[in-house]
Amino acid sequence: MKDKKTTGKADEPEQPGRTGAQCVIDGLVKAGCEVLFGYPGGAVLDIFNCIYDAPFNFVLTRHEQGAVHMADGYARATGRPGCCLVTSGPGATNTVTGLATAYMDGIPLVCFTGQVALNMIGNDAFQEADVIGITRPVTKYNFLVRSADELPEIIAKAFHIATTGKPGPVVVDIPKNVQKQMTVATTPEKVTMRAYKPDVEINPEELKDFAEMINAASRPLLYAGGGLITAGASGLLAELARKANMPVCTTLMALGAFPEDDPLALRMVGMHGSVAANYAIDHCDLLISAGARFDDRVTGKISSFAARAKIVHIDIDRSSINKSVHAHLGVHGDLRKVLDAVTPLVRPAAHEEWMGQVAQWKERFPFAYQGREGELMPQYVIEQIYEVSGGKAVVTTDVGQNQMWAAQFFRYTRPRTFISSGGLGTMGFGLPACIGAQFGRRDELAVCITGDGGVQMNFQELVVAVEHRLPIVVVILNNGYLGMVRQWQELFYSKRYSGVMLSQSGRAPNEQIQDKGGYLPDFIKMAEAHGANARRITRAEEVTPALKEAFESRQTWVIECIISPEANVYPMIPPGSHVAEMINHTV
Amino acid sequence: MKHIINCLVENQPGVLARIVGLISGRGYNIETLNVGPTADPTVSKMTIVVPGDANIIAQVTHQLSKQPDVIEVVNMTNRRHLDRELILLRVAAANHHDRAEIVDLAALFMARVVGVQTESVTIQMAGNQETVADFLRLLKPYKLIDISRSGVIAVGRD
Repeated sequence: MKDKKTTGKADEPEQPGRTGAQCVIDGLVKAGCEVLFGYPGGAVLDIFNCIYDAPFNFVLTRHEQGAVHMADGYARATGRPGCCLVTSGPGATNTVTGLATAYMDGIPLVCFTGQVALNMIGNDAFQEADVIGITRPVTKYNFLVRSADELPEIIAKAFHIATTGKPGPVVVDIPKNVQKQMTVATTPEKVTMRAYKPDVEINPEELKDFAEMINAASRPLLYAGGGLITAGASGLLAELARKANMPVCTTLMALGAFPEDDPLALRMVGMHGSVAANYAIDHCDLLISAGARFDDRVTGKISSFAARAKIVHIDIDRSSINKSVHAHLGVHGDLRKVLDAVTPLVRPAAHEEWMGQVAQWKERFPFAYQGREGELMPQYVIEQIYEVSGGKAVVTTDVGQNQMWAAQFFRYTRPRTFISSGGLGTMGFGLPACIGAQFGRRDELAVCITGDGGVQMNFQELVVAVEHRLPIVVVILNNGYLGMVRQWQELFYSKRYSGVMLSQSGRAPNEQIQDKGGYLPDFIKMAEAHGANARRITRAEEVTPALKEAFESRQTWVIECIISPEANVYPMIPPGSHVAEMINHTV
Repeated sequence: MKHIINCLVENQPGVLARIVGLISGRGYNIETLNVGPTADPTVSKMTIVVPGDANIIAQVTHQLSKQPDVIEVVNMTNRRHLDRELILLRVAAANHHDRAEIVDLAALFMARVVGVQTESVTIQMAGNQETVADFLRLLKPYKLIDISRSGVIAVGRD
């Protein structure tokens, strides 16, 4: 028996082990967490007490949504799981949009939420919400922790589930009393879950058929999606593309996964994709989907999508194959392994006629725009961001026109340099994601391309960039409109601009709030109030010097560009339409 | 067509909600759902009857399979199996004549009369989906006071 007197603490009851709150820190450290984004509250006080001397950085965001988007941006920029921590009730419900954003795009992150004590659950306690119920449809998995004894293993499982298979967000909901409980349980070295088997055995028959289809094709096309970046298989895809001389188009999520300056690159496919990419989809006789999921923004009208092609769909997620488009061959497995195994079975080919056709489309229909007299064109701004940065930047976007212009007029050549909410289409994502990305990639130039609508949805997070001296550059393309919605109203609703005017002049009668006109808020004052450098530009010749100054300063900058108010994104294939109905006012 | 899907899941809180939410959240219908323990106390078996074409059923099966709580998913409809549903029903039998007919009918379906009241009889009946439907159709002329159905359960055969 131990002689307690020697410790000098004889009167204290011996409490072996660690508290649940300490287990959270241990689990994060074990998972390699280097930065935790979060916001405190009553139900996570015990965890914050341990964060006080934790061996990783804690970043206090200004809204829980910002915390999740930062963790998300960090994960997209680095490939490592993002980590965030919020309190119960409103803290947790504020994460829902961020979780759904990450879920739709398959981004690994673990979100810890505080919960009221176990015996209070279901009592409508203060700041109680059924977080497990609310987050179930927007997470890959979620856990309610019932005892500190199971906490270390749950955290290890959470990171395992978040980062394996098709990645996704995982919520760990920890009641306040569990944070205080003592346990001797420790984080396991290895996680085993009998029902969760992310490793897929590739069927050799499928591989053989796949190779044969490539060898038999005369007009093959690779259609690369975000899964290519997740799998880290960019190099392998390029190898296959070059061996069999197959052109490559990419989804929005895959920008950068195949270098856009490569002769085989057709660039982005889909509603606002390049003419060449969409024509190639329409004309190819073999379409190989590598980590893409036939989103409706890519396919348009399903029945006429790639109508002349045999379709091969490679996906780690079995439920993705045949979900929206019938695949003639489904190859279920990890993209790295599939590409690695199939390339040796593929014969080199020239596909001269096809390559000639594709080259002609590329030549004839590059992304282009027509200038408007006396107006600053948003496309020009993006081109200059590309030029001034030398094409070396991590670009995050909001959603809508700014996102599409950023996709079209910058050329992405490296994976994890284009960060955007593709599936959910979350406005307010760009700024916090840019901050998260910069935390993960300190040596990169991080640029957020946003609009005057989206940036207002999480503007408060600019403080975080300034506080942490992050040299992010936020470029606001201000057209005074919710531009993409306005574009749809222009094209499909007879220009009845309803609910899209951020400036106050010209609004429908029931939206008018004052007749003075003018634009609020003043983004320059706002940026300066948050401690950032700011500049407003209105003319093309101001763009390059402003960007140069901002990029070279290594400080937080906001550059507001007053752009052509009614510039549209073209080409555009109207929703649910065939490529033949493409609107292209640039040629 | 209706499909009977057997799903072995971790016997843990929240799993039922997850499975039901998954199916309803994607717009599929659940016709019946039955959950019970298995020989292994850590595993529960869910039997889900889902109407839909082959594509819908394939989607449901794949979506279920990828859940971290789901150990195995088997579409029983595609293989040799036995399925049964248990129904308890109370039928009005106001006079001796009606009662005799109902009891006869029950006997033909190997259903048991488990309760007799002055103006009704209570019947327990088990059968596959077809037999249950036939039995209920033949009972149409009588007034059904109440019915409880267990939902389909199924077991594979060699």
